[in-house]
Amino acid sequence: MNGDIAMINDAQARLAGVALPPGAEPFAGVFAHAPHLVSREAKYRRKRCANLEDAVRRSGLKSGMTVSFHHAFREGDKTINTVVACLASMGFRDLTLAASSLLSCNTPLIEHIRSGVIRRIYTSGMRGKLAEAISNGLMDEPINIHSHGGRVNLMDRGELSIDVAFLGVSTADEFGNANGTSGRSRCGSLGYAMVDADRAAKVVLLAETIVPFPNAPASIRQDQVDLVVEFGEIGDPSKISIGAARMTSDPRELLIARFAADVMEHSGYFEEGFSMQTGSGASSTATATFLAKRMEKKGIKAAFALGGITGGIVDLHRQGLIGKIFDTQSFDAVAAESLRTNPEHYEISTNTYANLTSKGAYCDRVDMVILSALEIDLGFNVNVITGSDGVMRGASGGHSDAAAGSNLPIVVAPLIRSRIPTVVSRCTTVVTPGDTIGVLVTDHGIAVNPNRPELAARLKKAGLPLFTIEALHERAMSLTGEPQPIAFLDKVVGLIRYRDGSLIDVVRQIKG
Amino acid sequence: MRLRRSMLFMPASNAAMLSTAFVFKPDSIMFDLEDAVSLREKDAARFLVFHALQMPVYRGIETVVRINSLSTPFGLPDLEAVVRAGVEVVRLPKTDSAADVAVLEAEVERIERDCGREVGSTKLMAAIESASGVVNAVSIATASPRLIGIALAGFDYVMDMQTERGSGTELFYARCAVLHAARYAKIDAFDVVFPDVNDDEGFLKEVALIKQLGFNGKSLINPRQIELLHNAFAPTQEEVDYSHRVVAAAEEGERKGLGVIALGGKMIDAPVIAHAHVVLRRAEASGVRT
Repeated sequence: MNGDIAMINDAQARLAGVALPPGAEPFAGVFAHAPHLVSREAKYRRKRCANLEDAVRRSGLKSGMTVSFHHAFREGDKTINTVVACLASMGFRDLTLAASSLLSCNTPLIEHIRSGVIRRIYTSGMRGKLAEAISNGLMDEPINIHSHGGRVNLMDRGELSIDVAFLGVSTADEFGNANGTSGRSRCGSLGYAMVDADRAAKVVLLAETIVPFPNAPASIRQDQVDLVVEFGEIGDPSKISIGAARMTSDPRELLIARFAADVMEHSGYFEEGFSMQTGSGASSTATATFLAKRMEKKGIKAAFALGGITGGIVDLHRQGLIGKIFDTQSFDAVAAESLRTNPEHYEISTNTYANLTSKGAYCDRVDMVILSALEIDLGFNVNVITGSDGVMRGASGGHSDAAAGSNLPIVVAPLIRSRIPTVVSRCTTVVTPGDTIGVLVTDHGIAVNPNRPELAARLKKAGLPLFTIEALHERAMSLTGEPQPIAFLDKVVGLIRYRDGSLIDVVRQIKG
Repeated sequence: MRLRRSMLFMPASNAAMLSTAFVFKPDSIMFDLEDAVSLREKDAARFLVFHALQMPVYRGIETVVRINSLSTPFGLPDLEAVVRAGVEVVRLPKTDSAADVAVLEAEVERIERDCGREVGSTKLMAAIESASGVVNAVSIATASPRLIGIALAGFDYVMDMQTERGSGTELFYARCAVLHAARYAKIDAFDVVFPDVNDDEGFLKEVALIKQLGFNGKSLINPRQIELLHNAFAPTQEEVDYSHRVVAAAEEGERKGLGVIALGGKMIDAPVIAHAHVVLRRAEASGVRT
């Protein structure tokens, strides 16, 4: 590199006697700040890591820092447990774990919390043994439960600052162009991961398959990625739809779905070019199917569907009933394949989907959204996180985002689950404030929020079975009896963060 | 006239289903204490039904209980419980002759007197499940003024006939016999359950057949079949419009004191007017066919 030395000398001569402006330094050669350009090999392969440990070392991770993950594979995820086990074996401690959500498959994290590897958690939700252990006081610090949009908000506010993001992708090239729609284990949309790729200090791609450059489309782009490591199997796509997302033949859920479709049809929003979001619950996915028939009958189509996308929504799109699909989480293989092949099926980040402080979130443009509930109280407040025993067993997800943004949020739930009432006098935990809920649809009837009298009038005119929420509550109590209150200790185990970052409720340790 | 299109079978041992099954709004709901309940759950199921029958939420849906045969140790305790709880209709399984109905009626009357219920207030229906029952259908259907209907039960019947369920040919004679007996006795007739709950197309084909034959309705084993059935029984918009015109013409005729009424050049007589009322009742109950 004799030419380089000559140029440095030349620059020194040219700058003789010049006072350098603050922050500027004299030219020190082409490679001073770009050593990888020294050879083609170094240039192309500079992000490639030999293995996970190598990637962790090169990321600069230190004890006490924050690591993040996405949960697009839901119950099928194979990255979080593996990476945390690796971090534990490398001796890291006091880490903050910021997974976009945690599920039953994350039980192995319990030992890493006990041993002090994980000290703090930010997540949308939790299920299974991990959730039980935390509800029983496993952690010294309460975990933070946020919505999908709220997670981005916490990052933008600076509270949640990701030091290293470990992002599982089914394919990446060696420069870091990655997606979830090609390769073997395809989760579809990388909506959660796109946020981390954009905001983390260091981004490590855990690539199941490394493909030749350039990999396209690039959901995560080369200019966002620091390191790439070949990881092995990142997840099992067949397990994405286990748990929350499922299809149903249950007559009770179908009855609720039909009522929900009735509500949508007569809500005043069922016009050409409307928009909708159906969550992952059984009734909500069935609602879409019922709605299709009404759309055909009325001769209208939806401009777009948003959210977690299921095969049911894709079907409606294929039938020409939905114009465009915006997908932040693909709930099944049909949705993932549609995202790959269908030009009108678009991948969006959770920032674009639902962040209150993004410059434009799709959830603000949705007419009607179907939401679920573990509990809903007389003030229409919704709990989607704690069960009737006070144990965390759900997720905030996009619930409060979609409720706040959409024109008509519709909560669907059976009035009673086995012997557990859903409509209660006061929610165990408030995740979504009742002011943002438009209407509750149960198998026993429909209750409109008193703050939506125009909606109640329309539904009444259509002959739908309307009740006050108090009447539905009474009905539930007459069938189940008043449940005994849950015994809690004083210790707070969970902080429920509203989508604007504020604290809306806490979860206390259950008296075990 | 009471609409009895759908009679939903509900295993009486399932407390959760029992307490909320009314949300599906069948015309009649039949709590089954017989074949759907295992031997060791007979007592518990009877207790559950006793309470369910008294729940106010079941008002508006006709309650039917299929009791165990009176020849078993469970039959009489079943009957004691459900009559006292105020069941609307007791369904007697495996009715082979008019004598079976007479035995049941005598017990019901005794229990009504014992508990202070109005004698005759508990209605009965008989399920015909054998060749003997089909042959005796007329005498069974006319055995008691308490009878509101007779039902054909397919599984036991085809076994007795040494055949199995198929295209429907195997049920043809029994359907016609039961239906004629019911019409002769001026009571309702119910068709068999359709066992494959996932075969909507097959179900609707069978519904079309039995509706055309003249059955009032059908026994159902899954709530999903209710809406399909009600829709199939719902009149078309044309039928509703025509029935409105018939009723209006009849009313006008009555006002003017006319003996014979004509509509569009056709004579409207009592059966036509009665049929128009049935059509409008069905439209009121489940709207217009979609």
